[in-house]
Amino acid sequence: MLALVLYQHVGLWVGALLTLAIFSFLYKDNPVYKFAEHVFVGVAAGWTVAYTYWSAFVPNLWTPLDDLFHGKTEDEEVVWSWLLVVPATLGLLFFARFTQKWAWLSRWSIAFLVGTYAGVNLTGMFQTNLILQAKATFVNLNPNGFPAGVNGMEQVFLYNLPILFGVLACLTYFFFSKPHAGFIGVTARIGILFLMAAFGASFGYTVMARISLFIGRLQFLFSEWLGQYFESLRQLA
Amino acid sequence: MDAIAYARVLDYPLANIVMGVLLALFFGGVIFWTERARRGRSQYVRPIAGLAAVNEAVGRATEMGRPVLFVPGIADVDDIQTIAAVVILSSVAKTAARYDTRTIFATCSPLLFPVAEETIRNAYADAGRPDAFSRDDVRFLSSDQFAFTAGVTGIMLREKPAATVFMGAFWAESLILAETGVLAGAIQIAGTANVSQLPFFVAACDYTLIGEELYAAGAYLSHDARLLGSLKASDAMKVLVAVLIAIGVLTATIPPIDDLFDRLLGIHFAEFFEFTDPNG
Repeated sequence: MLALVLYQHVGLWVGALLTLAIFSFLYKDNPVYKFAEHVFVGVAAGWTVAYTYWSAFVPNLWTPLDDLFHGKTEDEEVVWSWLLVVPATLGLLFFARFTQKWAWLSRWSIAFLVGTYAGVNLTGMFQTNLILQAKATFVNLNPNGFPAGVNGMEQVFLYNLPILFGVLACLTYFFFSKPHAGFIGVTARIGILFLMAAFGASFGYTVMARISLFIGRLQFLFSEWLGQYFESLRQLA
Repeated sequence: MDAIAYARVLDYPLANIVMGVLLALFFGGVIFWTERARRGRSQYVRPIAGLAAVNEAVGRATEMGRPVLFVPGIADVDDIQTIAAVVILSSVAKTAARYDTRTIFATCSPLLFPVAEETIRNAYADAGRPDAFSRDDVRFLSSDQFAFTAGVTGIMLREKPAATVFMGAFWAESLILAETGVLAGAIQIAGTANVSQLPFFVAACDYTLIGEELYAAGAYLSHDARLLGSLKASDAMKVLVAVLIAIGVLTATIPPIDDLFDRLLGIHFAEFFEFTDPNG
């Protein structure tokens, strides 16, 4: 019990002091910040190695192959377990970079990875980024063509028209085969205005989210860390 | 007509057929324009402001005797944005090598690390300065998002790069990196297709490649026939999409036109773009 309490207190203090060390960057780059930065990078690297080993290497490669060699695998699974030799070999090829003579072998692994992901993602990206986005732009521009209870004028002029012109103008901005001059230039200019308006809204929204993160850290410092000591002092008083 | 009838019988989403047709058109376009580029037919690509600034940024770094820092985002090497970033990296490193300036590269991807090392080494060799390439300037920092960010900010504050280039897929670290670059006094060029992060780069960087400009940059810089072919095909696809949108708006606005589609093809126009069961 004592060990647990001690562990919690040590954890709180380490978290609080590292938070303050990172905040010290607001003054300027200093040794305390550098220390926190190096601890962060080092711990993250160590954690990633351990996490990848236990969550990917052991369950996905080591255990199935170990089961296969020790005869614990069902007959129909044997052929699939043997196939794990392929990704294992591709993984091992990365280590070829440590020798100048065989470094080129690592390109096979990278080529396999890039090619596979490009192929797998192709239809998904096409579906979400093109087909569904295009369909969402099939807007109704007839104010009288809306169900009862919907303000048609508001729907058309406040929402549907800006969506339609915004999409077409932005598409024009991202057209690279013609110079941005004349009609294309004007439309592209309108497109960039739409983009900037969207960026402004997104900026404000995200800044609010960041402020909530900052408030979260302050709550940690004043409530979880210092709060318990204030509470103890209050009770003593 | 037959395809639509079969799709209805098999409960097959018609949007899959539309997607197949569009993909076939796109790849046909890529092959067509790539072949045209290979035969030496000129392919116009409009100038991209951020890329024109690369020379200016590297020149500034040379004058100040400071390095150029390149950060390729935090996605892995299989992400299309990272691949586009590597093409730009090659051009930036080549320019830096010509000016005899160091290029520092920082990544959070162990897979991207060897790719970048080879890219920069080749760029320095192509520029006639293989001796100027230093392996120590290609750095893997951490796979963790914010540990990587802390590492990059450390490089910016201690190595004081005169120019920072952020190209690739960025997320919550974008503003932290761009703001630290401002503190370090670097001229900054950024580019990402992550729409949610673009506002921060637009606000904090000197030049920003917006969305697809990142992909176009590869074709613009390298004039590689395959990249030019892909760019031209995607432009043609945009025209096609604009036409489809115009038809979609017409059918949504004027019901008789949609009824005409229904009478001729037995389907409403918008149904071509639905991934759900056409009978349901």
